Amino acid sequence: MRSHRNKRFTFSNSLLIIGLLFLYLPMIIMIIYSFNESRLVTVWAGFSTKWYGELFADTQLLQAIGMSLEIAFWSSCMAVVLGTMAAFVMTRYRRFRGKTAFSSMITAPLVMPDVITGLSLLLLFVAMANTIGWPAERGMLTIWIAHVTFCAAYATVVISSRLREVDRSIEEAAMDLGATPFKTFFQITLPGIAPALAAGWLLSFTLSLDDLVIASFVSGPGATTLPMVVFSSVRLGISPKINALATLIILAVSLAAFITWWFMRRQETRRLQMINIKDYEADQMQLSYEPSADQTNTRRVTSTINVTPPKNCHSSDKHKTAI
Amino acid sequence: MNTIKRLLPGRKALIATPYLWLLLFFLVPFAIVLKISFAEMIIAIPPYTSLVEFADETLNISLNLGNYIFLIEDDMYLNAYLSSVQIAFNATVFCLLLGYPMAYAMARAPQHMQTTLLLLVLLPSWTSFLIRIYAWMGILKNNGLINNALMFLGIIDDPLLIMNTNIAVYIGIVYAYLPFMVLPLYANLVKHDHSLLEASADLGSRPWKTFLTVTLPLSKSGVIAGSMLVFIPAVGEFVIPELLGGPDTLMIGRVLWQEFFNNRDWPVASALAMVMLMLLIIPMALFHHYQSKELTVDEVGERS
Repeated sequence: MRSHRNKRFTFSNSLLIIGLLFLYLPMIIMIIYSFNESRLVTVWAGFSTKWYGELFADTQLLQAIGMSLEIAFWSSCMAVVLGTMAAFVMTRYRRFRGKTAFSSMITAPLVMPDVITGLSLLLLFVAMANTIGWPAERGMLTIWIAHVTFCAAYATVVISSRLREVDRSIEEAAMDLGATPFKTFFQITLPGIAPALAAGWLLSFTLSLDDLVIASFVSGPGATTLPMVVFSSVRLGISPKINALATLIILAVSLAAFITWWFMRRQETRRLQMINIKDYEADQMQLSYEPSADQTNTRRVTSTINVTPPKNCHSSDKHKTAI
Repeated sequence: MNTIKRLLPGRKALIATPYLWLLLFFLVPFAIVLKISFAEMIIAIPPYTSLVEFADETLNISLNLGNYIFLIEDDMYLNAYLSSVQIAFNATVFCLLLGYPMAYAMARAPQHMQTTLLLLVLLPSWTSFLIRIYAWMGILKNNGLINNALMFLGIIDDPLLIMNTNIAVYIGIVYAYLPFMVLPLYANLVKHDHSLLEASADLGSRPWKTFLTVTLPLSKSGVIAGSMLVFIPAVGEFVIPELLGGPDTLMIGRVLWQEFFNNRDWPVASALAMVMLMLLIIPMALFHHYQSKELTVDEVGERS
């Protein structure tokens, strides 16, 4: 094992570094050139922040950003509600009529090409408008419905992977003590899966914010989202203003990712301290009792290990016990 | 008994809400696409004929196969399908060749680094897809960064034509979809039991052989899930061929978009979508199968 560890520059490690460079270099170059004085994106003519000024003077773009954020916010809220329900149904109900169809309908949107989803939803909205007169016009509402539909699939996957890991004996204990299923869900299950709900919400938010193709199909006159504005500008060629916008997006996402990561790690530590008391007792049994400072330290370490690859430790532990 | 009775309507409502939503906004739309693919284009709102007509006490149901015949007779569409599949397939292979070692290295990395590495791989996919493709336009074009650098160094005299070719499309697809390949592979590889590798090594197997006979077969479902997550959306990709590809880069998503938005021919666009769906149904079933296989494996693990 030790000799393996010492080989820092193995084939796979160097490809990991190359892969990460491949992922990040284009974005770094874009950020650098957003501060370029020249209109020509590829010629460096000195440092300037004028493109950021122009960006904030573009009212059409700002309006589109506002609309995209609004749609993304409401889409991800609904997607998490639907996703939680679907995940609960998938993980808790062993059998019900049409379960196969249900699970296929949940995984299919994950891989369905955008053009197909967009076209089919548009045709549905047109047909509905013709037969029942609703939706009367296409715009934010139709984009919202479309985004909820595909975001819910992602939310379901994220939430159900967490629901499967939750220790069900606590739910059973609550039910045995007379809590209604409703109360059990809100007081026991929901706090346990809260990090997954947050992750599902954020994933849905970024997916909705990012969607160009589906929104282009189902939107109507007057409803222009940010990707639609960016696309029509990018189609004409490179513009430093888009570089400035890209820089701000990358900055916001990195910041949000960092905060979420930090927050989830803390949440997870607390959750695991509450739920996996058994695990901790076992850990403590293995370690000789030492002053409390050290114990909290080891706790944090073990819990981060559990956080990192959610299934890893648990399943391998179980395998070992099974063997 | 009492709780079960109280639970039942709740249970039904819980199943029904997401079920109905998906039925109405996911399954029914496909039925409508199928229906309109048999209609004829007319200049009206909406721009297609209805299939069922009731006049002179007769019920006329007309299924117009013209759209499908049109797709078969015009070489352009067949070529578009073939080149979409070819481009998506090659791009998936490139993604796998780069993504597998990455996921492998991540799964073997020290525990405390794994979250950070996973975050680093995923972070780009949370920024804008459009903007990440746009980033390559500045790098690849004739007076872009690569050409400027190579010409400055005197390696080439004339700019390399990369932008608006299929090479640019490949770069775009691999770049955009790489995280989707790495994620399922990592999730699979990280679950592997190290003792199996040690056993294989103890029994005299070389690392490379251990990889081929133990790790690779065990990661089969991860490879398939990752490949399908790349291949299926790549077949229908619109943004990448539109922004990075040239006028001769035929991809079916782009053709569908043009039929719909430029020619306003909804029935032909619907027929194109139906054929694309038929083409993708096997890969989708494969994806679903391995996705649910992963789930059942977990359930078995839970029970033991």
